[in-house]
Amino acid sequence: MRRRTALKMAAAAALIGSFAIGTAEAAQTIKIGAVAPKTGPLAGGSTVTHWPNIELWAAQVNARGGIKLKDGMAKVEIVEYDDQTNPGETIKAVQRLATQDKVDFIIAPYGTGLNLAAAPIFAKYGYPHIAVSAITDQIPELSKRFPNMFFTLGSTSAFAQSVADILSKMNKDGKMGNKVAMVNVADAFGIELAAAARPIFEKAGLEIVYDKSYPLGTQDLSPVVKGAKATKPDAFVAWSYPPDTFGLTKQSIIQDLDVKAFYTAVATCFPAYGGAFGKAIEGNLGAGGVNPDSSEFMAYQKAHKETTGKDADFWASATTYASLQILEQAIVSVGAPDRKAVIDHLKKGTFKTVLGDIKFNKNNNNEKFWTVGQWQNGVFQGVASTGRPGAKEVQLKAGWK
Amino acid sequence: MDILVTGLLLGGTYALIAMGLNLQYGVARIMNLANGEMLVAGAFAAFWFFTAGQVSPLLSIFLVAPLTFALNWIIYRYLLLPLVKRAKNRGQLEVDSILATFGLSFVFVGIMMAVFGGDYFTYSYLAEPFVIMGDIYALNRIVAFIMAVTICGLLYLWLGKTRTGMAVRAVSVNPEAAGLVGIDVLKMSAFAFALGGAVTAVGGSLISTFLTMDASIGVIFTMKALIIVIMGGVGEVRGTIVAALILGLAETWVASVIDPGLTLAAAYLMFILVLLFRPQGLFGRQSS
Repeated sequence: MRRRTALKMAAAAALIGSFAIGTAEAAQTIKIGAVAPKTGPLAGGSTVTHWPNIELWAAQVNARGGIKLKDGMAKVEIVEYDDQTNPGETIKAVQRLATQDKVDFIIAPYGTGLNLAAAPIFAKYGYPHIAVSAITDQIPELSKRFPNMFFTLGSTSAFAQSVADILSKMNKDGKMGNKVAMVNVADAFGIELAAAARPIFEKAGLEIVYDKSYPLGTQDLSPVVKGAKATKPDAFVAWSYPPDTFGLTKQSIIQDLDVKAFYTAVATCFPAYGGAFGKAIEGNLGAGGVNPDSSEFMAYQKAHKETTGKDADFWASATTYASLQILEQAIVSVGAPDRKAVIDHLKKGTFKTVLGDIKFNKNNNNEKFWTVGQWQNGVFQGVASTGRPGAKEVQLKAGWK
Repeated sequence: MDILVTGLLLGGTYALIAMGLNLQYGVARIMNLANGEMLVAGAFAAFWFFTAGQVSPLLSIFLVAPLTFALNWIIYRYLLLPLVKRAKNRGQLEVDSILATFGLSFVFVGIMMAVFGGDYFTYSYLAEPFVIMGDIYALNRIVAFIMAVTICGLLYLWLGKTRTGMAVRAVSVNPEAAGLVGIDVLKMSAFAFALGGAVTAVGGSLISTFLTMDASIGVIFTMKALIIVIMGGVGEVRGTIVAALILGLAETWVASVIDPGLTLAAAYLMFILVLLFRPQGLFGRQSS
């Protein structure tokens, strides 16, 4: 409600402002649609990672006068829909944005499943679809089927590979054994990652001593942690979603799960994770990462906090923001809200973003992304990436105290 | 032994989730689908008190309980009472109340989103190891279990030994007859509904010490509560406790011995078995 009021007030202020300046300036606006969960299972994640960045970007663009087009500046206006984390609703909302609201552009939905569900609709109406939180190994197939679809956050096997690389390096350096306890949430994301990880871990010389899944929304994860602990692993890897990332960590602290490497996937990079556990999670590994020391990221982090009142996470927040920067730069280069020309430009341009330069390859994929981060001295530092500079050394996990 | 204790602790959690709904459905005949949201509201309150004022959830429940009691009484009085008066029979009331509370659950989610935002919230309270016979358990779960036992015990005694409790039970068994012997059925129903809401919110406060939640997670708890109430028998405190413990033990046993992936399957299997062989619930009476 607060956000909507703020938007309304901003819109009102902009309106009054434009009247005050006079009618000489044509009131051009670019309408941009946004669909993502505000309720449902993924709402907790999208409230941290997705929505604040849209708010931030729109505020920044309008503060500097709008997006520069050939015939003057155009302010952006955001039309928001809640898809209730329901793919059917996502599809309906995208369709509505295209046909009823007649928006100029649509920001990609949140979550792998919801992005894939909406992809045919984006393609049907010719909207560029710069997906962020869609991690999949199907990128070549998808971009062939939907030439308007772009990927920024990476692929499943790259994430599994990075974890395997880190663990096997620690093993080869003699810092720990090769026994890995692996668990996953029984949901598309966790199942796909666990399936990708099994052969990759084996190839890296790691032995999986515990391999179990648990349903989404499990209230008591202590049997999982106890089961893993009983196999005396050297490393613990969980392909987890936010509630279970928190739950597994809590249980591991209580059970004092003694491992040299502790990895949980989504939400490990959330500020709330650091806030909830403080010093206990020093050395925890997680999906994502950024280079928190780069000046671009620091400026972004500051603006994020000032505009939205929330802290950005240390992974997909910046990527979400980068996807909007990419869209904006493509529109500026084309000089008009021309969707087809923007898609063509996305394929060949290089874009300056908070993450550094981004260029899409022939599969519409951003090949340089962060894969693993680690909590070091209260900051979630990127420790592995596929070609982003600034990765820190991985440290051994030394207990939970 | 380990499985037994872990299972009992989980069962205690489930009892906290389901006890309030049992009162609301059993006595006031309101199948409250906004039950989970009330639980999340209690959890939010505990979270807020703890992070803003370092107030222990064990203390803040004494504020949460009367507040949610009043809130639920208002909900019953102004939202549900018209439905009760309009309903010609029990079936119609159930359908109407399911629709009304389903809508109410969205209102609650919206309010909580507006007030707290949609982030995950979690905090560390008593997240310390506690050793029972050589095995480690979380202290906050043990505390929640003890509170669950206390709440259930008090409810059981109150329903069984006091005059008001007896009136509540009478309404639960037969509202018409209860009215004939001079019990104010509507007042008793409102009281039971409000009490159920307060118990649920207190449960939420206690559960928030070890579960991570967000504004729209309530429906998960509503589903669990429904299963437990129906398994145990509508309007039966004992039934709810036994069903919650059975469910907790079964899930923990399956997770430890077979596979954590099958816990949900185990829970629903038990639910189906009860429905097949004892449709009135473990402790329920044959419906007249």
